[in-house]
Amino acid sequence: MPADFLLEAAGVSRRFGGLVAVDGASLALVRGEVHALIGTNGAGKSTLVNVLSGEISATGGRVRLLGRDVTHWPQPRRARAGLGRSYQRTTIFAQATVFENCRLAAQAHFQHPLDLWRLATRCPDSTELAEQAIERAALTAQAHRSAGTLSHGQKRQLEIAICLATAPQVLLLDEPLAGMGPEETERMLLLLAALKPGHAILLVEHDMDAVFRIAERITVMVDGRIIASAEPDAIRGNAQVQAAYLGETLDADESASVA
Amino acid sequence: MDIAVFLVQCLNAVQYGLLLFLVASGLTLIFGILGVINLAHGSFYMIGAYLAYALAPWAATHLGAGFFGALGIGLVLSIVFGYVLEWAFVSYLYQREHLQQVLMTYGLILVFEELRSIIVGDDVHGVAPPAWLSGSVALGGVMSYPVYRLFMSGVCIAIALALYAVLTRTRVGMAIRAGATNREMVQSLGVDIRLLYRIVFAAGVALAVLAGMIAAPVSSVYPGMGNQVLIVSFVVVVIGGIGSIRGALLASLLVGFVDTFGKVFIPQIASILVYLLMAVILLWRPEGLFRTG
Amino acid sequence: MHTRGGTRIWPLAAALIALAAFPQVGGSFYIDLALTTVILSIFALSLELLVGRTGLVSFGHAAFFGIAAYATALLSPPASAASLAWLMPAVLLITALAAAAIGALCLRTRGVYFIMVTLAFAQMTYFVFHDTKFAGGSDGRYLYVKPVLAIGGVTLLDLGRPRTLYYAALGCLIVVYALLALLGRSRFGHALAGIRANEQRMRAVGFSTYPYKLAAFTLAGGLAGIAGFLLAVKDGFVTPEMLAWHQSGAVLLMLILGGIGTLRGAVLGAFVFVLMKEFFQSEALFGAFARHWQLPLGLAIIACVALMPNGVVALPTQLRRIRAPIPHAG
Repeated sequence: MPADFLLEAAGVSRRFGGLVAVDGASLALVRGEVHALIGTNGAGKSTLVNVLSGEISATGGRVRLLGRDVTHWPQPRRARAGLGRSYQRTTIFAQATVFENCRLAAQAHFQHPLDLWRLATRCPDSTELAEQAIERAALTAQAHRSAGTLSHGQKRQLEIAICLATAPQVLLLDEPLAGMGPEETERMLLLLAALKPGHAILLVEHDMDAVFRIAERITVMVDGRIIASAEPDAIRGNAQVQAAYLGETLDADESASVA
Repeated sequence: MDIAVFLVQCLNAVQYGLLLFLVASGLTLIFGILGVINLAHGSFYMIGAYLAYALAPWAATHLGAGFFGALGIGLVLSIVFGYVLEWAFVSYLYQREHLQQVLMTYGLILVFEELRSIIVGDDVHGVAPPAWLSGSVALGGVMSYPVYRLFMSGVCIAIALALYAVLTRTRVGMAIRAGATNREMVQSLGVDIRLLYRIVFAAGVALAVLAGMIAAPVSSVYPGMGNQVLIVSFVVVVIGGIGSIRGALLASLLVGFVDTFGKVFIPQIASILVYLLMAVILLWRPEGLFRTG
Repeated sequence: MHTRGGTRIWPLAAALIALAAFPQVGGSFYIDLALTTVILSIFALSLELLVGRTGLVSFGHAAFFGIAAYATALLSPPASAASLAWLMPAVLLITALAAAAIGALCLRTRGVYFIMVTLAFAQMTYFVFHDTKFAGGSDGRYLYVKPVLAIGGVTLLDLGRPRTLYYAALGCLIVVYALLALLGRSRFGHALAGIRANEQRMRAVGFSTYPYKLAAFTLAGGLAGIAGFLLAVKDGFVTPEMLAWHQSGAVLLMLILGGIGTLRGAVLGAFVFVLMKEFFQSEALFGAFARHWQLPLGLAIIACVALMPNGVVALPTQLRRIRAPIPHAG
């Protein structure tokens, strides 16, 4: 039902001069679901995510967020309307504490730029949201450490926490597992699973094991086009997808799905 | 205005634009490929003009050709100078923030200006073009135009074509263009990126010095000439896009026309017209008119 | 973003007391120099908001310094003292409007383009004052009678008196410093710091960054206007050279000399710059060569930026690190 779609892309295209990076992509994100977006390098996943988040504009098609047409909205406006995004290359503020990273993100919803008297760090609105986000990302113990001193896995957790601090309904996560070892990956997957109930999550990932464990739906992109979009089992058995991933093993570990 | 005056102004505009192109192309190459914003670029132009003035007498007696002798020597000197300067100074700027680059090259401007003041003084000088290039030539029976200005435009066009040929047809050119976008890859292909940067910088310096030398007979040689051309070159690079030679050419010509005809029609605000042009373009297309892909 | 340690109060207080006591002990030449330094400190502080806090490197800040100075001279009646009560607000308003207009255009660019565009616009305003007749052209303009603040016929502040002007300038410095310190801790200030650290990130969490940058640019211009106003009153004379790009370069230099990112660095940088300039221009030390003072200054700039990129403020830390190198953790 369209009413349940928190984020919808309808025929989204993006050209760069003569190059068509994304060609007529349509997908929909539902609350409570992790929707994975996979594809080979250069398939157009990043471009599509950038169009969805608002960083670049679409040259065709429509994007709908929570029922509203946001195709021409700039990124900050979409973010304030409930669209959160994390980045593949960590974009945390290295010189600030974990707490301040989240508090500043939360401040985006409570911008009172003319209020010069109040000490920013004492604002109850942003500090509360920040604390909640840090807790959900399991970083409470590190809250007052400088973000630059965190381990790689913790930095990726912080990347998610910053998203959460804006109280989004939709999360666009760009390779949150990048560069992580097995333990850190487990922790991150648990975190994502815990986030499912309240959010619609789009997960761009290369780690197939993780994708098949956690995703309710998988969309496959090749050369800018979506060639398949279905439940994990259907994708696994899809001949086209197998052809695209020639050499890659799709029958991943049948370890118990993280519910 | 009658057709003769109009055509003369058009030729002036083209000549000024092409000269600007020489300076701006060096600036945009150095920035686009080396990633260094070099405020001292205008100083090279000034150095070129003063070289033309200082070397001409020596070249006249020892080489028999005052102007072209000075040109030749100046060109060689500038390449050597650019090479040494990159090695001794500019190479330290690569990893630094823009602000540091800006201030260090600003310090360099002061050093060059004062050295010039100490060595050659602060007077304004004229440089005489070679006899066979002075005087005017009749064009199309409608007007007469100074030969030397035609020569200037000719030299600039020749250099523009040479630049195009080098960048698109030679291996060095390919390496330069590749080095702009992917330093590591170029290095792994066995190209010595440090040497490449040195060559590009020296070329940029040579372009600016050459521009100063050939401009000297027309604009005369005076202390502030470097700063003026620098800021207008910045406008050209903003309009044309950093790293784009084609953009620099088109933007230079655009600026040349706006400035020349501006001086003719609205002399009172002639000097600010170029900046108004920049303001209009910023309003319309902030990324510049011709962004590199 | 910088997590600043608590500002130690006593060095600031000591400096303040020294500055306040100065006119009582110094001769008129030194008072003039101190006044110039106080004015330049305000100028540097205004740019610190833009460069240090928001990360916008402007090479055209002198435009607002000069516009304010010219506005002061042009608005002051030729034969009588203008009232401070309307003159100063008027000058600041004009300067802020100019900053808003120029900022609106410049901020459409980023990074290196922004540096070039601010330089170009400042040069444009230089030509406006240099080439046109309305403000005296290259000769500049005199400010014949300095403004006063009078209520009901009683003169409270006569800026024509050097001591009064000095304390008024010092007062302005304190106000600007306090305002910027307050701003730094506020939500607005934190947002600016975030923009400096990673503007894309700020946009991704929901901050429309353009209005913030424009506000910072306008405020910085307005604060530079205070400095321009004071300088015009001090010298009684304004010239287009106040808008020259050398002036923009000088104030950027003050910031890097003192240390980008701290307010006291901006003030310190102004002091160091004035002292350096006086030193190199001193005929007593350099004789006839002193007229080439820009040469040692240029070399000093290169050396300072190369060796002390974090400024004088960071010198103690830098020296400590040289003497006892910290082993790299992890």
